[in-house]
Amino acid sequence: MSNFYQRVRRAINLSASDDQRVGDGDEGGRDAVRTDGGVVSEDSRNPGSEPGVLDRLAAGIDGRLGSDFLESSIFWIPPFLLMGLFVYGAVIWNFLISLTDYQRFANAPDYSNLDFEMYTRALADSGFIDAAVNTFILLVAFTAGTLAVGLILAILIDRGIRFENSFRTIYLLPMSLSFVVTAQFWLWIYNFNNGIANRVIGVFGLGPISWLGDQNIVLWAVIFALMWQFSGYAMVVYLAGLRAIPDEHYEAAKVDGASTLKMYWRVIIPQLKGATISAAVVLMVFGMKAFDFLYSLVGGYRPPNGADILATKMVREAYANLNWAYGAAIAIVLFAMALGVIGPYLVYEFRRNNL
Amino acid sequence: MKDDTLRTDGGTATITDRLRRNVEQMTIEDAGLYVVLLLAAGFYLVPIESGLVTSIKTGTAIVQTAPFAPPGPSGFTLAKWQAAVEALLRGMGNSMLYAVPATIISAFVGSITAYGLTIPDWKQSYKALVLALIIAGIFIPYQAVLVPLTQFWSQWAQLTDLLSFVWALGIPDDYVGIVELVVTHVAYGIPICTLLFRTYYKTMSEEMIESARLDGATLRRVYRRIVFPLSGPMFAVVLIYQFTQIWNDLLFTLVLVSTESSPAAPVVLILAGLGTSMEGQDFALRMAGAFFAALPTLAVYIFFGDEFAEGVAA
Repeated sequence: MSNFYQRVRRAINLSASDDQRVGDGDEGGRDAVRTDGGVVSEDSRNPGSEPGVLDRLAAGIDGRLGSDFLESSIFWIPPFLLMGLFVYGAVIWNFLISLTDYQRFANAPDYSNLDFEMYTRALADSGFIDAAVNTFILLVAFTAGTLAVGLILAILIDRGIRFENSFRTIYLLPMSLSFVVTAQFWLWIYNFNNGIANRVIGVFGLGPISWLGDQNIVLWAVIFALMWQFSGYAMVVYLAGLRAIPDEHYEAAKVDGASTLKMYWRVIIPQLKGATISAAVVLMVFGMKAFDFLYSLVGGYRPPNGADILATKMVREAYANLNWAYGAAIAIVLFAMALGVIGPYLVYEFRRNNL
Repeated sequence: MKDDTLRTDGGTATITDRLRRNVEQMTIEDAGLYVVLLLAAGFYLVPIESGLVTSIKTGTAIVQTAPFAPPGPSGFTLAKWQAAVEALLRGMGNSMLYAVPATIISAFVGSITAYGLTIPDWKQSYKALVLALIIAGIFIPYQAVLVPLTQFWSQWAQLTDLLSFVWALGIPDDYVGIVELVVTHVAYGIPICTLLFRTYYKTMSEEMIESARLDGATLRRVYRRIVFPLSGPMFAVVLIYQFTQIWNDLLFTLVLVSTESSPAAPVVLILAGLGTSMEGQDFALRMAGAFFAALPTLAVYIFFGDEFAEGVAA
């Protein structure tokens, strides 16, 4: 390691030397700082001349925000602006559009007449209410179920088994697949006549059930399929959390005579709070993206009756019915739901200095 | 239990020896554990396996055999694969056309963003604020930006006109959708790529960078000479994660390219409508198509499974 460190040092020294026009290394560094900042006037490079206004401004900013602020800004400001424009700019724009009456084939919304008509329309639309309830059920049931399955798998795998890597690879495999692909698989599994699902419950003398045709069942069938796809993810997160718990905690619980079940419930699971929170947030985000799955299931904008969620309804209203403003309003509701989940999470991480 | 197994496995024991000892030590509890794990593995594999066997069955074999059983010699056919490849091949090319550049650019941009927000020395609380704003971007439901995105690309950024010299070369102007997809995926990929690199750069040796800075290296040089060369492992993780995400995404392709009949239609878009007709669904064709479309991500997963796991866990 120290050998490598020496090599790096030498490499830097070598290449830094041709940069040094004035004074020692430190001086050269300061010179380069100014040129990188891009706010330097030409004459300030000559030693001895008066520092320009911009120079003093730069020094002031750096003094306030930290010595590298200006020099580092070239690295993060352009991407930050691009991303800010596409994320925050677009969300604000979307909110503006949701206040207009923009629909059909007009090229651009008319921003002169803004009101909340689209939101009152949403509240009066039973399809919207159903979709909102379904979204809520899907998010809660999918997240809770996936976390539970992932935790159980992680605990089983963490018991020092053989072929751990193979099991882990298999459990995580569905996550590498696209929603479009897994939707095809589940469409086949839920097939009424030949699907595996009906064969399995047939063994117990049940069914056959029309999994995707029955309004009361289809949402749960979708949730089950999503759990299949993402419980491997929850397992990976929990596994990392379990590995971070020191062995002594297990031993101490054993010495105290706690049963295995009690040990996990009282000692281990409480320590997985951090893993649970971050996995839950990510899973909810995946849940909100279930649009791809539902779209591919039917190959169109209209998901099976009883499985309409806000994500599918928004895209359908905007891109199939061309009710752009109404779609934008639904999107804002969806965004608010997402914010309700991730806002507290980000504040929590920010407070813990985890960012 | 874990320790016991480890201790008795002397380094000199032959494999059969070891195996026998393991079997002897296997308690009922252990056996139960493995049974549960194997059942779970079956649960994760059956949908995929059933899709695979279905894709090589003839129409009659699909009805006559169990969905998870392989077809007999008379029920075996590769016709559906042939049809699927024919239908999806151009889509594969189109997907590659935007997934590869978008992946590489967003990984690189994420790397320099994370570098600028981690290594240089400026106020931690401001850094954290910028980071919070960036990280929040990971969790945005994309529905909230779709209508403006459509407006932006169709009304504001007149790419079709700007790139008229490209269409003059005989490339159909539908391919403007591919360019839009690259920019869009890069913009929305910045948050996750930044976060992944950020977790990596936080653990980087500070003294090495500090001494380089004292020796007068600029931030740009520190990045080029130290940070970038050391980012290799994280680049692997990010490239794999981003490629999978971009390849698998349907929503943006649906909005920006819109029709599966377009010459620029990506593979996911064609697949979503494959095998559906008035007479009902052609499941064998759908399964074959699903596998064919998943080949690149499956290959990436099989060869770089560890990096993938690391990417999703971060």
